[in-house]
Amino acid sequence: MKKNRIVMGVIGSDIHVVGNKIIHYALRQAGYQVTNLGIFNSQENFINAAKETNADAILVSSLYGHAEIDCEGMKQKCVEAGLGDVLLYVGGNLMVGKHSDEEIITRFKGMGFDRVGLPTDMPENIIAWLEEDLGGKSETSNTAD
Amino acid sequence: MKQVILLIDFGSTYTKVTAVDVTQQEVMATEKSPTTISTNVTEGLNNALDNLGKIIGKDAFAKASKVASSSAAGGLRMDAIGFVPQLTLEAARMAVLNAGAKLINCYSNKLLTEDIESIGQDQIDILLLVGGTDGGNEDVLVHNAKMLSNSDLSIPIVVAGNRNCKEIVLDIFSKNNKNAIVTDNVLPEVNVLNIEPARNVIRNVFMKHIVHAKGMDEVKSYIDNVLLPTPAAILNGAKLLAEGTENEPGLGDLIIIDIGGATTDVHSVSEGLPSRPNIVLKGIPEPRAKRTVEGDLGVRFNAKSILESVGLKKFSEDLGLSPDIVTDWIEKITNETETVPQTLDEKRIDHHLAVNAVRIAVDRHVGRLKSHYTPMGEMFTLYGKDLTEVRTIIGTGGALIHSQDPSSIFQAACYSSKQPNLLKPKNARFLLDSNYILYAGGLLSEQWPDLALQIMKKQLLEVKKLEGES
Repeated sequence: MKKNRIVMGVIGSDIHVVGNKIIHYALRQAGYQVTNLGIFNSQENFINAAKETNADAILVSSLYGHAEIDCEGMKQKCVEAGLGDVLLYVGGNLMVGKHSDEEIITRFKGMGFDRVGLPTDMPENIIAWLEEDLGGKSETSNTAD
Repeated sequence: MKQVILLIDFGSTYTKVTAVDVTQQEVMATEKSPTTISTNVTEGLNNALDNLGKIIGKDAFAKASKVASSSAAGGLRMDAIGFVPQLTLEAARMAVLNAGAKLINCYSNKLLTEDIESIGQDQIDILLLVGGTDGGNEDVLVHNAKMLSNSDLSIPIVVAGNRNCKEIVLDIFSKNNKNAIVTDNVLPEVNVLNIEPARNVIRNVFMKHIVHAKGMDEVKSYIDNVLLPTPAAILNGAKLLAEGTENEPGLGDLIIIDIGGATTDVHSVSEGLPSRPNIVLKGIPEPRAKRTVEGDLGVRFNAKSILESVGLKKFSEDLGLSPDIVTDWIEKITNETETVPQTLDEKRIDHHLAVNAVRIAVDRHVGRLKSHYTPMGEMFTLYGKDLTEVRTIIGTGGALIHSQDPSSIFQAACYSSKQPNLLKPKNARFLLDSNYILYAGGLLSEQWPDLALQIMKKQLLEVKKLEGES
């Protein structure tokens, strides 16, 4: 069976809804079954929805610059909830101040995220990552990094 | 020749009968007599009917249609089993309450042997089993179905989980000859609530099996139609009263509070969408017709727990009475639940119990706001329904009906600037249901919606507000 169940949403006290809608639309067009939690989500909202929908990937968005605080410990919670094998992506305008792309990617991968999307990444990039990661996931489930 | 309909309710304490004249669109008479569940429920019914027959005339009485609801013998007792507590289990809880049942216990995630034992001790009539969104998690529902199928439990099981598991689950239960009925998922998607199909199946099971189990077979041959759990009848009445019919407008969004000796029930009929632009809805959606039951807020059996919620010190200070007087009276009414207040102090304590039961029950029923400071300014998330715009509150139950100051009890259901995050009605009128017309309206609404709406509108009386109340 094709792995195509996605839980997505914006984390924290972040009300940026436009990017969320665009990504939702793009994923649905690409054939994914999307559960969109919208804005204002806690880590638990993502985890609960992923459990109930048997999600293959969780996509966390953040645009207001506080992603690091909001996402702290999320991977560990996923592992505790039995979702250790579920892909975990984060993307958006993740940090405020001057940070290089590499620095941001390294920092969030260090927190357990499998993919880190930057403002320059387009919906096509996300879809390409998903195709790649979900297609070969059963063989390489622990080597997403 | 008059056409008469008799609306019967087998309550836990009283069997009530309301006779309605179809042509005049009026309530002819109401009668009540103690429910006789220990011997045979028809005894109590016949006592009530005897009196009524004298009033409405033998001929009309013999030809009358009879419709009934029941909450006798403990009402409809149910457990709910789901996967994630905040998602499918929450949806299951709403389905159970909406069907008019008493929710005894909830179980989430995979059931253990000890959970099965606990379910066995809950003395329930029906079990609601859910889990997984459509196309979502299957493991938990299948595991729980197996656990239940392999148990000694012989109660009907309503399954309303992941539709992908429908055949597997039916198979699991039929292997052990369990009575399982599979219907649509209560939570097909994380953001979509769908409790109507489960509610209908529960209602059918109640009519077919439970009525029999509650020793009411004889009654079934007696009445023509419909046997609903009483709370389901009230919720039907509430829906009709709010929405109206094709021919006559309803009252619009409303809240019903029912103060009982053991519980305080709150019903709301309203979408409850945010009334301001800077509010974002979170959590799973709630049903338009929502019912909550507060098992710890009753003005007799549970008077002590109301007192505990408020605190003895505050409760006594509110009334300017010594704590001893308060505890003595509450001790007395908890032990002798039929006790009626005589002195002024006793009446004031009883009144204060009702005020607090309503305040806390409505606090728990309505949605609550949580404030967030964002780069765009202060924003709010809303969990539950925004009922600030509801314009009608209907009250029933002895504590309200016999109160000399019902207005201040109603006022406890309203918005308070001291708790701005609880979205209670800001500007509502108060209607008193002193003849328990809502259950009757609900029963009538099945076949005679226009008539039901007419009589409910006529029987509800507006309560004057005190000076200074908004």
